[in-house]
Amino acid sequence: MGSAISELPSQRTPLADAAETGLKIVIVGGFGVGKTTLVRSVSEIRPLNTEEVMTQAGVGVDETSGVAAKTTTTVAFDFGRISLNDRMVLYLFGAPGQKRFWFLWDRLFSGTLGAVVLVDTRRMDDSWYAIDRLEHHKTPFVVAVNRFDNDPSRHSLDEIRQALALPEHVPLIDCDARVRSSGKDVLITLVNHLYEQAKAREMTP
Amino acid sequence: MIRRPVDTGDPDRLYTVTGGRSRADDAFDLVTLVVSECEPTAGMQSEHTRILDLCRHPTAVVEIAAELKLPITVVRILLGDLLAMGNITARHPRAARSIASLPDSALLQEVLHGLRHL
Ligand SMILES: Nc1nc2c(ncn2[C@@H]2O[C@H](COP(=O)(O)OP(=O)(O)OP(=O)(O)O)[C@@H](O)[C@H]2O)c(=O)[nH]1
Ligand SMILES: [Mg+2]
Repeated sequence: MGSAISELPSQRTPLADAAETGLKIVIVGGFGVGKTTLVRSVSEIRPLNTEEVMTQAGVGVDETSGVAAKTTTTVAFDFGRISLNDRMVLYLFGAPGQKRFWFLWDRLFSGTLGAVVLVDTRRMDDSWYAIDRLEHHKTPFVVAVNRFDNDPSRHSLDEIRQALALPEHVPLIDCDARVRSSGKDVLITLVNHLYEQAKAREMTP
Repeated sequence: MIRRPVDTGDPDRLYTVTGGRSRADDAFDLVTLVVSECEPTAGMQSEHTRILDLCRHPTAVVEIAAELKLPITVVRILLGDLLAMGNITARHPRAARSIASLPDSALLQEVLHGLRHL
């Protein structure tokens, strides 16, 4: 029954049957900054790809004249997941920071816990736009500097904070996206930051 | 297997799969977990069959989209069909979609706990 087997989804690892709460964290950054690498290093599944389409009018697929009649924008992103416990599963999305992506932010990533802006110090310009958009969407975030071995500059975190005009309250950390423990630290830094913010909110009546 | 338009990258594939509809069910978040409530039946649209097969265990909308190689919008439409027919149930995320209800510290503490024990 070889053909029947090949029709099965390839080695999917199902979630626990008690899984009930899905959570989101978005990793955003310029091309080749290490988004997929970071997702892979912490995910329990091989990163998967998917896409969303949007017509210029802002709806899905045109009703009257068919899809070909309208300009469609496609945004592709990849994701991985972490089962936090039997009930909670965290999805990590690696998303490109370019303009057309942000049109889909609300549709895809509303309700996200927070975001990680992944920075390559050789191309810091790519990060400004993402930081600006996250502030606009009021999404809490941390910034992680993915240190590449062949980066000659070795800017200090202080220098990077200045260059990005990053406010003091936004956590900024070094990471190596290839290393699981480092990726894990990035996520913990973000969630810790969210936790502190939630605590502060809950203290004020 | 017969190759349908959806398999061939035909530009009209989305239109074909959804029967020309465009209104996706917004209730389905990317991380809404979907669970089948019945077995697929003969004569069902093949995408519906695949979703019911996948969702024997809870499966997030985004994983369904990746497995079916269909855009999120299309998957939301297909899930809307299955929900209307009572063939699936949906476990929606607790973290609400508005700023007004940001996740509370208790939830975040559970997340932290999970991450620290990876
Ligand atoms: N030296 C070094 N290389 C890295 C690091 N992180 C990623 N890379 C490499 O950089 C390249 C790009 O990494 P990806 O993870 O594919 O980057 P991406 O952000 O997903 O790229 P796009 O999706 O194409 O925008 C790959 O060849 C990685 O192996 C790092 O921390 N150090
Ligand atoms: Mg990538």
